[in-house]
Amino acid sequence: MSRKYSRKKLQEAGQGYFFMSPTLFVLACFILGPIFYAVFLSFHNVRLLGETAFNFVGFANYERVFDDRRALIALWNTFKYVIIVVPCQTVLAIVLAATLNAGMKGEKFFRIVYFLPTLTSSAVLTLIFMWMYNREGLVNFGLESLGLPTYDFIGDPNVALTAIMIMNIWATAPFFMVIYLAALQDIPDSLYEAAELDGAGPIRKFWSITVPHLKPITSFVVIMGIIGTFQLFDQSYIFSGGSGGPDNSTLTVVLLIYQYAFKTMDTMGYATAIAFMLAIVILVATLLQRKFSKEENLY
Amino acid sequence: MKKKTSIGRIILYGILSLYALITLIPFLWALSSSFKPLSEIVSGAITFIPENFTLDNYRQIFIEEELFPRWMFNSVFIATVGTGLNLIFNSMAGYALARLSFPGKKGLFIIILAVLMIPAQVTMIPNYLILREFGWLNSYQGMIVPSMINATFIFMMRQFFVNFPKELEEAAAIDGLSRIGTFFKVVLPLAKPALAAQAIFVFMGFWNDFMRPLIIMTDSSMYTLPLGLNTFKGQFVSYWNYIMAASMVFTLPVLVIYAFFNKYFIKGLSLTGGK
Repeated sequence: MSRKYSRKKLQEAGQGYFFMSPTLFVLACFILGPIFYAVFLSFHNVRLLGETAFNFVGFANYERVFDDRRALIALWNTFKYVIIVVPCQTVLAIVLAATLNAGMKGEKFFRIVYFLPTLTSSAVLTLIFMWMYNREGLVNFGLESLGLPTYDFIGDPNVALTAIMIMNIWATAPFFMVIYLAALQDIPDSLYEAAELDGAGPIRKFWSITVPHLKPITSFVVIMGIIGTFQLFDQSYIFSGGSGGPDNSTLTVVLLIYQYAFKTMDTMGYATAIAFMLAIVILVATLLQRKFSKEENLY
Repeated sequence: MKKKTSIGRIILYGILSLYALITLIPFLWALSSSFKPLSEIVSGAITFIPENFTLDNYRQIFIEEELFPRWMFNSVFIATVGTGLNLIFNSMAGYALARLSFPGKKGLFIIILAVLMIPAQVTMIPNYLILREFGWLNSYQGMIVPSMINATFIFMMRQFFVNFPKELEEAAAIDGLSRIGTFFKVVLPLAKPALAAQAIFVFMGFWNDFMRPLIIMTDSSMYTLPLGLNTFKGQFVSYWNYIMAASMVFTLPVLVIYAFFNKYFIKGLSLTGGK
């Protein structure tokens, strides 16, 4: 009896491993293996040309970051980008979702329109915006006809990053809006009706009912936003033709990692060290955000 | 009272329409530019309706850049095969984690959750070296195999199968179907909504990916569309009519997919976002 039972158990374990086998293979070869390999790389100087060579350098790759002017610029650019883009896209997403959820006719139409940027690839979006940001392009035309100063968005280091920020807020807010929309459906109508009886206006209802109820989702949206914005790459790569220019103004941490890993010689180990530091920054930001929002939830 | 709400409605419609306009203008502008001849592009005139409407740009891009059809094929092939494998493998893993007991299952589940937290940049460089060792740089498998599973969707499928009625599988087992047969013949067909949502997101991930092909594909005949588009822009710097026409060609397939699977998008989002 007990033998039969264990045989059945054995069979089930076999099936379990069979079902898991593709996942186990990829996990081992392309995720967990590479993580350990990355730890190794970050302590070495890597030479790829000719015979591949690894020279142990200890913590030198990690220390090097603090003397690297471009690394500090990239970090500062990325930080500015996160600090501005995450709150803007979150607020825009929540406002759009609340407006769209007000039970208006044509909701479906607006929803489809708003979702267009999410569907379009970052490469296409960046090209469209570069065309609009052109010296004599649509954006400058609009600014001029409003009597505002015009800019050389692509060539002027003072505005290039701002141009990418605006583009990305525009592109990602609708994605988070849809997440909010799903959550809004779960708020019972009776709450709004009760508030209405108490004489609350639409803005009061938004602040006192909608926003508090969306807190867990907001936490999720902010974390996703932080992770996404820290990894900005495609847009600044295409915008600057891979250089991070003009004058390093669109250089982000991931673009710098890419350049050190694949464009300059013998800096692959250093690039890996920066990647680890970026991972730690993202992790800390995520944990801080999570802790922060949990404490608020106590009240 | 009634009047007040109608003013409210006007304000709401105002906000909705304004933002719809903000969303649509870049696309309309790109579309309009793609139908303009170069002379109209360089003149700097701001008109949404082309004065000299032409389809030449769409013809010309395929003549000027003969690799376009190839890039299109590469993108379609990688995205389709990659999505197919993801659907099967993510579901298998999700099913095993939800239904079967085997040693190490709990640890594996925790590892999969932890993998969600690791940014791709950490594994990007070692993966490049590993693919180089395998001789998989510049190949389809180099793009597909490392991404043929996805931790997010394994997690999602697990949640789906945890709530899946057991009775159906038991009935299939009584009919003499093996566990593996049951999975492919009974369970998977019933998981269609979850699979559809997953398919769209995985497909879009492959289709729009810029960084991985940039690293893996060095030969221009192996480029995918986003990469090809970026190269094309480098060659035709001020031919914005060509660049916009090419951009429109590359955007169309995803819009068509979206039109067909619209409802699964929303469902998929609430599945991935509702943790």
